[in-house]
Amino acid sequence: MAFSLLKDITDASRIINKSFYWTFISPFRGKPVRVRATISEMVKAGYNSVPIVAVISFFVGIILALQAAYQLKRVGALIYVANLVGVSLTRELSPILTAIIVSGRSGSAFAAEIGSMKAAEEVDALVTMGINPVRFLVSPKLMALMVMVPALTVMSDVIGISGGFLLSVSVLEIHPFNYYQQTINALLVKDVFTGLIKAWAFGIVITIVGAYQGFKVEGGAEEVGRRTTSSVVASIFLVIIFDLFFTTLFYYFT
Amino acid sequence: MQNLDIAIEVTGLRTKYGDHEVLKGLTFGIPKEKTTVVLGGSGCGKSTLLKHLIGLLKPSEGSIAINGKEITGLDEAGLDEVRRKMGVLFQGAALLNSMTIGDNVALPIREHTKLSEATVQIMVRMKLDLVGLSGFDHFYPSQLSGGMKKRAGLARALALDPAILFFDEPSAGLDPVTAAGLDELIIKLRDVLRMTIIVVTHELPSVFAIADYVIMLDKGQLIFAGHLEELKTSNHPRIRIFLERRPEVETYSPDDYFKVIAGD
Repeated sequence: MAFSLLKDITDASRIINKSFYWTFISPFRGKPVRVRATISEMVKAGYNSVPIVAVISFFVGIILALQAAYQLKRVGALIYVANLVGVSLTRELSPILTAIIVSGRSGSAFAAEIGSMKAAEEVDALVTMGINPVRFLVSPKLMALMVMVPALTVMSDVIGISGGFLLSVSVLEIHPFNYYQQTINALLVKDVFTGLIKAWAFGIVITIVGAYQGFKVEGGAEEVGRRTTSSVVASIFLVIIFDLFFTTLFYYFT
Repeated sequence: MQNLDIAIEVTGLRTKYGDHEVLKGLTFGIPKEKTTVVLGGSGCGKSTLLKHLIGLLKPSEGSIAINGKEITGLDEAGLDEVRRKMGVLFQGAALLNSMTIGDNVALPIREHTKLSEATVQIMVRMKLDLVGLSGFDHFYPSQLSGGMKKRAGLARALALDPAILFFDEPSAGLDPVTAAGLDELIIKLRDVLRMTIIVVTHELPSVFAIADYVIMLDKGQLIFAGHLEELKTSNHPRIRIFLERRPEVETYSPDDYFKVIAGD
């Protein structure tokens, strides 16, 4: 048991090591990341998640505004709904919602893709052709998620705040301009920025977990399914852990 | 082995998975520009041996020299250098399903050379024509039959004109006619392109059709290395069982049998 845990840790650190090497260092040594594959991964992981991220962010914006109003109404501070919606979305909820959606869509897809390639000896075939599987398969995905998770988060910020805004001006009867002013005054650049740093880290976590689970596949189709499931569970868990870490860090150091 | 040039020399090769020893000290040579068949029953370690020869696994002990160059101690960059002169056809062809056949064949060329796109396309068409798949470059692997996939995998293995070509169970899962076609192709490659060919298989008709030289493994040990004619006339009991397709006789005494079923 202890031995297998140790092996899991060394395997995981090897994947992290190689992914970073082939994504950040080897391009400067004349082995660039595959551009076309990166774009196609961006479309799959980013562009195709736009509708679901948009809808969920919109609803979460409305929910947040309603829940905030429930308490704030009693103390006659309804206008602070704008603060609460703006700050909690940009600092916390947009990055984490986006990361959970991307884990479910792309993290599982990475594990399934790499896992079934491993089962079909395609990964071995890449190695015998002298092509590093991490460079070929993981680097484009890592690049894509490092760009797309923050990008989706920005979109989620905007749409979530609009959701809160629409509810506040209609149901809560806050004047639109006041709500707008309140949001602008409440939000600091660092709120948005720390949210984006989190999103960037989540993108890395999701890719590495998906790739790790995929490369761990040894048997056939059944194990691909099992690894896909654990990749989603593990990446959501790690996203929350990293969230805790960054939130604590930003609480004390920004 | 006398008067034959050696392409691959294996000395004292041992491998363990945990406590289980899979290869128990193999020493043999593989002749140049001939077809060598690695023969043996399921689980005898022949696929493991293949993975060692192509550098996917590292042995616990022993050495493997390819064209005189030791590969067991090489790092990834050094191994890539050796692998560029090798082609491998995997059991399930291992084509990348997300790419067309043409892109699959072009992949090693694009990766390792700086040839213009037009040249790459010409090379791809030549390789596909060699394996009898001209005009299929826009198909995806899922649209091809098992035999065609293997041919496409072979075209990809041939892309960089390797000196050594490995086949892992080429006739597995193919009907006799398609399998015979593939054997025909292997013979053509040896005769026309003068390649060193190593085939891992347990299909006897295929062995008799293509083999020049045979290496036979049994439970991780080498029990035969020699020419095909010598194999046919060998008196080794394990080889006779294999060649005559006799089932293995289980020799249990009644007492032992009782112990086995009582799980004791």
